[in-house]
Amino acid sequence: MDNKREVAIVGVGSTPFGEHWQKGLRDLALEASLEAVEEAGIRGKEIQEIYVGNMSGGMFVGQEHVAALAADFLGLNPVPAIRVEAACASGGVALRQGYISIASGLYDLVAVGGVEKMTDVEGTKATSALAGAMDMEWEAYFGTTFPGLYALMARRYMYEYGLTREQLAKVAVKNHFHGSFNPKAHFRNKLTVEDVEKSTLVADPLRVFDCCPMSDGAACVLLAPAEKARNYTDTPIVIEACTQASDTLSLFDRRDICTLDATREAAQQAFSQAKLSPKDIDVAEVHDCFTIAELLAIEDLGFCEKGRAAELYDEGQTYVGGKLPVNTDGGLKAGGHAVGATGIKQIVELVRQLRGEVEKERQVKDAEIGLAQNVGGSGATAVVTIVRRK
Amino acid sequence: MTMLSSPSHWRRYKEIYNLQGSVCGNCGKAFFPARKICPNCRRQGRIEPLHFSGKGKIFAHTVIRNPPEGFEEYAPYIIALIKLDEGPMVTSQVVDCQPEDVYIDMPVGTCFRKLREQNEKGIIIYGFKFKPIDGALKH
Repeated sequence: MDNKREVAIVGVGSTPFGEHWQKGLRDLALEASLEAVEEAGIRGKEIQEIYVGNMSGGMFVGQEHVAALAADFLGLNPVPAIRVEAACASGGVALRQGYISIASGLYDLVAVGGVEKMTDVEGTKATSALAGAMDMEWEAYFGTTFPGLYALMARRYMYEYGLTREQLAKVAVKNHFHGSFNPKAHFRNKLTVEDVEKSTLVADPLRVFDCCPMSDGAACVLLAPAEKARNYTDTPIVIEACTQASDTLSLFDRRDICTLDATREAAQQAFSQAKLSPKDIDVAEVHDCFTIAELLAIEDLGFCEKGRAAELYDEGQTYVGGKLPVNTDGGLKAGGHAVGATGIKQIVELVRQLRGEVEKERQVKDAEIGLAQNVGGSGATAVVTIVRRK
Repeated sequence: MTMLSSPSHWRRYKEIYNLQGSVCGNCGKAFFPARKICPNCRRQGRIEPLHFSGKGKIFAHTVIRNPPEGFEEYAPYIIALIKLDEGPMVTSQVVDCQPEDVYIDMPVGTCFRKLREQNEKGIIIYGFKFKPIDGALKH
């Protein structure tokens, strides 16, 4: 699209991710949105459209029609409110819808939120709700779980590329280290490789500390055309690209289970649109629902060759201060994973990084360009977003 | 897992009980589960039914220790991707062996087993699982 408008993020907000016993779905959505609205210095009524990423309000809290609920309790009626569902990529896909809305010239101020309330049901029920993101007739039917699917990827990857258990553990250790400096992270404890290796097996070879938690949380971004962004903020962050790709719903149908082709495709499109390459990225937020997923993401986004991501972790290059800081908020692993909110939370983190306003221990110095990768299911949906401080 | 109705199982019996998939007569690619459109040939594709042999090899495997609703009594159990001799891969349980017996490339074949019991009002669900073929176990 040659005549599209440049889109800027003019306000961001997020709740802490974690177990919010005192807050329901609407409370979380409201808290994140108000933070974004206050940041942008608006009253709220200027918002013309809202998108809400939400995977399964129905199964987690029995609530559907979540976008209308959000519009109502934000006091935004009668603006159009649209719920977007793409499993764990619901937030990323919602962002892309808002981006299209502004880029097309249809609206001048759009709110994109993501929200999930996961801890009101017991673990088994939540696991079953998440299983809905896989093929119910051909994967879940036989007793597969999400840790199980990613365990299959990890097992095969270890076989093909010689990845060790200890290398997997290093991903979790790094993300907990970053998370320890993030007051909004679900877990703020540091981990050692030994802690990870001693943790309970969930789906061999994956252990508890290879898996992200189920969190409650919400996040929100406000989008406006770049030419009007300075009405709201002194530091607009421009969306250089927001691309999405699809792959087979089932893991068993993939070309290669050690590659997320949807990530590769979305990344290639994003870098091409942004006229950038992986070496230009100063900070990345990737979808580490399991430790193996972060390694695959690093490779599929083009930061290194297939089979070699673990080397970056052996060298410590993905820590703040390294060549490619990854998941500076703790990622999904320590930062938390409120499924429908995660794709937006990643963008909130990038915006705060590029503005230079996160805690100094995890601030990437002079960061100008950031990338987020948000994945649905075992890789059937991927969204890649590149943002830049201008 | 949500309670599934009897028709939701019954309408799939050819696939679940008899391993009936499909094949594209134009490019020869086999599909399990059956597809009605060949992603390669699109309008030129000629989809026909194909009965799978049920023979294959382990491509990757895991042990489910935190089962979803309805599978609690079976955990821990082995889940694997099995590459069928005809080409496609399937996800299924592997039985009649221990988790430590399973290895990548282990030859396996289908067997007909109970998959799951729902509550007392629900139905008992049967279908295929895989087991090592004779001589596949290394000990």
